[in-house]
Amino acid sequence: MKPPRFAYHDPQSLSEALALLGRLDNARLLAGGQSLMPMLNMRLATPDHIIDLNGIADLAFIKVEPEALAVGAMTRQRDVEFDARIRSRCPLMHEAVLQVGHRQTRNRGTLGGSLCHLDPSAELITVAAAMDAVVTAQSKNGSRDVPFAEFPAGLMTPALRPGELVTAVRFPLWREGHGHAFVEFSRRHGDFAIVSAAALLEEAGGKITRASLTLGGIAPAPVRVAEVERMLTGSVPAIELFREAGEACRKLEVMEDVHVTAAYRRQLAAVLSRRALEKAHERVARH
Amino acid sequence: MSASRAISVTVNGARREAEVPVRLTLADFLRHRLELTGTHVGCEHGVCGACTVLVDGRSVRSCLMLAVQANGREITTVEALAPAGGGLHPLQQAFRDHHGLQCGFCTPGVLMTLVEFLSLNESPSEAQVREAISGNLCRCTGYQGIVDAALDAAKRLRA
Repeated sequence: MKPPRFAYHDPQSLSEALALLGRLDNARLLAGGQSLMPMLNMRLATPDHIIDLNGIADLAFIKVEPEALAVGAMTRQRDVEFDARIRSRCPLMHEAVLQVGHRQTRNRGTLGGSLCHLDPSAELITVAAAMDAVVTAQSKNGSRDVPFAEFPAGLMTPALRPGELVTAVRFPLWREGHGHAFVEFSRRHGDFAIVSAAALLEEAGGKITRASLTLGGIAPAPVRVAEVERMLTGSVPAIELFREAGEACRKLEVMEDVHVTAAYRRQLAAVLSRRALEKAHERVARH
Repeated sequence: MSASRAISVTVNGARREAEVPVRLTLADFLRHRLELTGTHVGCEHGVCGACTVLVDGRSVRSCLMLAVQANGREITTVEALAPAGGGLHPLQQAFRDHHGLQCGFCTPGVLMTLVEFLSLNESPSEAQVREAISGNLCRCTGYQGIVDAALDAAKRLRA
């Protein structure tokens, strides 16, 4: 259980990293290492080159703008967790990051690493889907913005082109006073969620004016339940409505694996989406 | 680019210089090169928490970090807990008093996790302690003694 041999590169600037990425064959980017290091130790990954991004200070930042939250790819999950501005302006992310792994893994793990690893159960990719995040991908030829909906290209495979790496992610903010909830079910605290649900609600005049509902862990990438979002928008929030929303989620196509049957995932999808919506509704600020 | 590199790390207050293979993990560097065998290696893939050490004051799994990544950093291992003049750290004393360990394999990792946790949260609830140690597996105690010890240590450290 030791990493295989590789050549190690620790660029101190983004341009240096991009030059290496453009030049080296069979290279892997090392962010916080909380997924890649286990894969190296277990020899599931055998890159010839490791490009360590931890020396690039410019990639770690949190900027809260009036309309959006911008987070650098190398920002530690811990720094997201302890950021008071994220807690107040982007409470969904705060609630979600508390459920990412453990203190020891959040101290190293990064936002960009989690997004690019794209584990179907990862909390932060579900948040990115829920908030219509925009991922900035950069290569030595320039940068482009990728809407998160188009970011997963397949199971644990981001839609990055050769030579590209993620530098930052923008999360458009919801109106102050919106309701949020991130709920997940795992067999033990800190384990990967079997299913997770993220809900965001805005309400005005006793009605839901905007809704986002996302399920993680049911498919290779997070699933935005557009049909339910349409049903909720314009409706009067009520227990019956949220129950109906949950039942609609039970009909989604879900994956099956050796650990969890499809029927169990559907049950969780129904229950967790209802709970997330109820909780988000309770948290909408009443004036 | 070569297979090994010179690093300079501050470990438990002392500067250590070494030439290390780039693929050497921090855990193995501490154990095999510095002979600080208090840090234990359990699963080697970031699940068990036995190898937890502090890097610049933050708890990390040292099996998931390369020794080269520790260059220029400050590492604290379980060996630094007990005062140099003898005796035990209040957290260690609480573990002894509350039977917080049996075989002791997980204990260094649990202690280092709790050192950081208690520095962030002086008066934790039982639920918060349980969550804090959720990344450390103990197969002997059933955790009850560990939780009791952590709560008592918090009290002692506040006093």
